[in-house]
Amino acid sequence: MSQDKKRDLKKVGRRDDAAATPNPDVLEKGKKIKENIDKLLDEIDEVLEENAEEFVKNYVQKGGE
Amino acid sequence: MTPRILGTETEFGVAVKDAAAQDPVSNAILLVNSVDTVPSRNTLWDYENENPLVDARGFEVEGERERPTPDYNRLLNKLLGNGGRLYVDGAHPEYSTPECASVRDVVRYEKAGERILEACRVGAERTARGHRFVIYKNNTDGKGNSYGYHENYLVSRSVPFMRLVAQLIPFFVTRQIYAGAGKVGAENRADPAQYQISQRADFFEVLVDLNTMVKRPIMNTRDEPHADKTKYRRLHVIVGDANMSEVATYLKLGVTALVISMIENGYPVKELKLADAVQAIKDVSRDLSLKQPIAMEDGRQWTAVQIQEYYLETAHRYCAERGADPEMRDILARWERVLHLLARDPSQLSREVDWVIKRDLLQSYIDRKGCDWTDSRIAMMDLQYHDLRPEKGLFSALEKGGYVDRLLEPEAVDEAMVAPPSDTRAYFRGRCLQKFPEQIYAASWASILFDVGQAVVKRIPLNEPARGTKELVGGLLDESDTVESLVSRLSA
Repeated sequence: MSQDKKRDLKKVGRRDDAAATPNPDVLEKGKKIKENIDKLLDEIDEVLEENAEEFVKNYVQKGGE
Repeated sequence: MTPRILGTETEFGVAVKDAAAQDPVSNAILLVNSVDTVPSRNTLWDYENENPLVDARGFEVEGERERPTPDYNRLLNKLLGNGGRLYVDGAHPEYSTPECASVRDVVRYEKAGERILEACRVGAERTARGHRFVIYKNNTDGKGNSYGYHENYLVSRSVPFMRLVAQLIPFFVTRQIYAGAGKVGAENRADPAQYQISQRADFFEVLVDLNTMVKRPIMNTRDEPHADKTKYRRLHVIVGDANMSEVATYLKLGVTALVISMIENGYPVKELKLADAVQAIKDVSRDLSLKQPIAMEDGRQWTAVQIQEYYLETAHRYCAERGADPEMRDILARWERVLHLLARDPSQLSREVDWVIKRDLLQSYIDRKGCDWTDSRIAMMDLQYHDLRPEKGLFSALEKGGYVDRLLEPEAVDEAMVAPPSDTRAYFRGRCLQKFPEQIYAASWASILFDVGQAVVKRIPLNEPARGTKELVGGLLDESDTVESLVSRLSA
């Protein structure tokens, strides 16, 4: 980074981040999110176009601005 | 002071499944003509004021003007009751929002457009049995073709165009860090990329030009104000991605409107000259850490975040000195927060910023399946993120699952599908179309042509985007039972 860039980035509003030791509530929520993501990914497999390779290959959209 | 008025046009990509491929123009015509409700199937688009060949740098190029026959005009164009326009442009369907006086309104009218197109798709599949269509709100087919998302901002004509150019280029090169919609792979002979921030970045080849279809410019010089051209300019921005996230759309448009407003009001926005903006826009797109500095012409090195922070700091001072309405203050606060998080850890924006949302989704899939970024399912997800079908679109799945932040109430979008904004000339257009559907012979952004009977058509210009509002003409419209009485009241 250039030396002469003396911009005080602190001016651009900062909120202090609490240095976190993992909060058990956050961990629990994180686990729930992970379970939900797995469920979401399963769902995505179901809705994803079959024969993705073919589909992607065939999709062409010309004439755009 | 120029009123804040803006609107967007979205070009949609169309894929056809399971049937002998038809030509895209026919598909686009079928889709547009499958629209659920329009006030009239007969109203023409008035092409009188269309002239995309005028260049803001002070010249006009040669070329053919688009002037379809009336029958073809009716096939290509649907004037909507919400004041917007659904049309076939080139080989794709396109939706333009009505003119809006707030950023929030543009977001909801744009979302309404997605719903309108989805309804068209359902209708088209019913009509053309055997054909299945998929519509994408994105900007590339992954085969070197790009289609646009265009933003339009009303600006005072008194601002020298080249000042806008100089002061906006670094802004537009870096805006993608929160406005980018993400993309797998590279395009247009640019350097390889596993995943990049912007859908469109690879397609920009020059700094400033009139062209929108090849050798695209970061700043487009189209000078077609669709308004009093002694007073107004319509800044036509083609550099952005189409977003799925409401919050990202709001931020993209709101911050841009604010920055333009500063420049327009003569507030000193220092010109940051990039050494090579056309290269930088692609470099920024490929730098997912957001830590790579960009070379300035004078040798300094700033990251994309720092460049945006420069505009933010200037905007803070501008708003403190000149005042800011609640919407602008909201946008300023969100912009600040987003830049703070982008500087520290972009993954914290996984509920708001499309490129982060998409990347996290694709990375999760890769981790789970043990595949990699070159897998065709990943390319499929890159597309399907933008699929308008509520039951198939990946962004839609994320939204329904509560994984992304919302900005709008669903009822607000419902309303925007059928009713115009109340605070721009779109109100007059939308209400006239709804009240006198068979007597609006033609209309455009800046005109309405009334069929007043006896083979007479009366043309009313609408050169002031901030007039024709509910406040100014609502009563007049309510009182006029016929177009003749409306026209005579207007002419009085």
